[in-house]
Amino acid sequence: MPEPLGADRLLALYRKMLLIRRFEERCNALFLQGRIPSTLHLYIGQEASATGVCAALRQDDFVLGTHRPHGHALAKDVSPRIIMAELMAKATGCCRGKGGSMHVGDVRQGVFPAVAIVGAGCPIAAGVGLSARMRGTDQVAVAFHGEGAANEGDWHEALNMAAIWKLPVIYVCENNLYGASTHFDKVFRVAHVADRAVAYGMPGVTVDGNDVEAVRDAAITAVARARAGEGPTLLETLTYRQCGHSRSDACDYRPDDEETEWKSRDPLTVTGARLLAEPHSLPQSALDEAEASVATEIDDAIAFADASPAPSPDELERYVYWEGD
Amino acid sequence: MAVMGIAEALREGIREEMRRDPTVFCIGEDIGVPGGWGGAFTVTLGLSEEFGPERIIDTPISESGFAGIAVGAAMTGMRPIADVQYGDFLFCMMDQLVNQAAKMTYMAGGAVKVPLVMRAPVGSTRRGAQHAQTLEVFFTHVPGLKVVAPSTAYDAKGLLKAAVRDDNPVLMFEHKLLYGSKGNRAEKGAVSPIGEVPDEDYIVPIGKGAIRRPGKDVTIVGKLLTVYRALGAADQLAEQGIDAEVIDPRTLVPLDKELILESVRKTHRFVVVEEDNRTHGWGAEIAAMVAEEAFWYLDAPPVRVSAPDIPPPFAPGLEELYVPSIDRVVAAVKGLF
Ligand SMILES: Cc1ncc(C[n+]2csc(CCOP(=O)(O)OP(=O)(O)O)c2C)c(N)n1
Ligand SMILES: [Mg+2]
Repeated sequence: MPEPLGADRLLALYRKMLLIRRFEERCNALFLQGRIPSTLHLYIGQEASATGVCAALRQDDFVLGTHRPHGHALAKDVSPRIIMAELMAKATGCCRGKGGSMHVGDVRQGVFPAVAIVGAGCPIAAGVGLSARMRGTDQVAVAFHGEGAANEGDWHEALNMAAIWKLPVIYVCENNLYGASTHFDKVFRVAHVADRAVAYGMPGVTVDGNDVEAVRDAAITAVARARAGEGPTLLETLTYRQCGHSRSDACDYRPDDEETEWKSRDPLTVTGARLLAEPHSLPQSALDEAEASVATEIDDAIAFADASPAPSPDELERYVYWEGD
Repeated sequence: MAVMGIAEALREGIREEMRRDPTVFCIGEDIGVPGGWGGAFTVTLGLSEEFGPERIIDTPISESGFAGIAVGAAMTGMRPIADVQYGDFLFCMMDQLVNQAAKMTYMAGGAVKVPLVMRAPVGSTRRGAQHAQTLEVFFTHVPGLKVVAPSTAYDAKGLLKAAVRDDNPVLMFEHKLLYGSKGNRAEKGAVSPIGEVPDEDYIVPIGKGAIRRPGKDVTIVGKLLTVYRALGAADQLAEQGIDAEVIDPRTLVPLDKELILESVRKTHRFVVVEEDNRTHGWGAEIAAMVAEEAFWYLDAPPVRVSAPDIPPPFAPGLEELYVPSIDRVVAAVKGLF
C-alpha cells in the first residue's frame, strides 16, 4: 500500500480539485455570457479522478485527455491562463486558438491535445508507451476515457496491444454512469468496465472515483507496475458528472435521487471533511484560504485571456504542417 | 549502382534509414515473422533478422489500433514506418489517419509533430472489390497529410527516405503490379519495372515531379501504373506523328503544379490518366487545376481517362476494361486533335 498522505499534501490535492471545480463553474458562467464561443463538456463532480491519478505521475509522464479535458489538463499542471485563453479563442491559448475546449493540452506538461473522438486516444497512448520503452525511458502514459469509450473498437485493440507488449500505460476509465444520455446498464452486460481487463490479461481495478486518496493509491500501484515493465492496468474510477453532458443538457434522463445521492458524495466534501477531522485536524481557515487563492488564480487566468488578442487573419493557414520548434 | 525492383528498393531504403536513425522502426501485420513473407508483398523480408522483433514489430490484426500506436510513437520522438497489408484496410484506420495524425499538429497550434509513414499497396490485381482499390484521392483531400506514389525503384527508395525524414504524416502508395515481388508473392500481369538505384544515400524530394518522356504535342499525367499506360500510349502516338510528354508527379500532396502547368503551356493539350473512379476523383482535381491556371494556353478541353464508377471487378476480362488501357489513352489523346 502506498504511504498515506500527510495534511499538507492532501490539502494540495484538495486545492487542485477546488481549482478544477471553480474553473469549470467560471467557464459555465463565461459561456452563458457568450464569452466562450465553443461547446463545453465540464468536469464538475469528477475532479478526484484526474487529481488522484496525476498525483501519481511525474512531470515528464504523458496524459491523453478526452472531449472533457479541462480537468485532465489542470490536474497535470497546465496553466489555467492558457487553458482559459484557448477557451476564449485567443492567440495566447494553449493551442493558439486552433483547438478550443475539446483539444486543450500543453506538451510541455506532457499533455497532448485532447482527443475528442471517443476511444481514439487509447491506441495513441499505447504508442506513447511503446515510444517511452523504445527510447529507454521509464515514462508512463495515461489514457483518460469515459466508460462510453470502452465500447469502441479502438479501446479493445489498444488494451490488447498494450497487454501483449506489456506497455507502460494506465487506462483510466472514468465511469460516470452515462455516455451522453445513455446509462451504463443499457450498454454493458458486465457490472464494471474493469471486469473486461481479464479478457486482455491485465489487472482491472475499480475504485471510488470521488475519493482522491483511493484514486491516488490505485494509480500509484498501476504506475509502479508500468514503470517496472510489467504492463498496463485498467483503472476504473466510479464517479458522476454533477452537470449536463455538454452546454445545453438539462439531464432529464437522470433520476433526481441518483443526482442527490452522488452530490452527497461530492469529492470536495469528502476530502474537505477528512482534512478537518482526525488525524489532520486542519482549521476551517485552511480550506477558506484554498478557496481564496483559487479564486485569485482564476481571476488572473480570465484577466490574461481577456487582455489577449484573437488570432490574426494571417494565422488562418498556419500549423497544418509542422513549422519547426 | 545496383539494379532492382520497387519492393527491393523499398527494403533497402528502410534498412538504410533504420541503420542511420535508431528512432525509425517498422510496425504492421506479418512483417517480421521468421519464416513468413516480410509483409504482404515482401518489402520487409529479412529485416527482422538484422533489426530484431523490437524494431520490426508484428501486430495483431488491428489496423486502427496499430495506426494509433504509430501516431502516439511519432508524437513522442519516434519515426514509425507502418505497413498496411492492402490499402483497402486504410478505411479501418481512417479515424487515426484523418482525425488524429493529420490534425494533431494543427490542433496543438504547431506544438506537436507526427513524423509517421504509412505504406499502402493499391491497384487492381484480380482480387476484386476489397483488395484492389485505388485510394489515393481519399487522402489527397485531407489537409495535414502528405501523399507520395512512386512508380520506379529509384523513386521508391528516394521517396521512402524523404518520407521517413519528413516531420509530417506521409502516406506512401505502392502499386501491386509494380513491386517486382518474387517467389509465391509474385503478381500475374506485373509490370515490375527494374531500375538503377544508387548505393550511396540520396532522397527524392517530396513535392517534385518528373518528366518521364519529353514531348511537344500533348501533356499526359499519370501516377503509379498509369504512368506506364501513358508511356505505352506515347510510343504508339509517336508512330502516328503525335509527340506526347508524360509526367509522373511522384508526390500527390504537395503537388508539383508548376511542372504540369509549364508542360501544358508548351503542348496546349492535356490528358490525365488514373486508375481511380472517375467522379470526384484525383484526375478531376488535376484537370480543374489545369483549366483554372492554364485555360488560355489550351487548344482543347482537359480530358480524364479514369476507371468507371464501379468497384474493381474480379473477372480478368472486366478488370482489363476497368483499368485504363493504352488504347483508351491513345484514343483520348487523338480526340484532342
Ligand atoms: C467516435 C465518437 N462518437 C460519438 C461522439 C459524440 N460524443 C461525444 S462525448 C460522447 C459521450 C461519451 O461518453 P463517455 O465516453 O462515457 O464520456 P463522458 O462524456 O461521460 O465523460 C459522445 C457520444 C464522439 N465525440 N466520438
Ligand atoms: Mg461517461
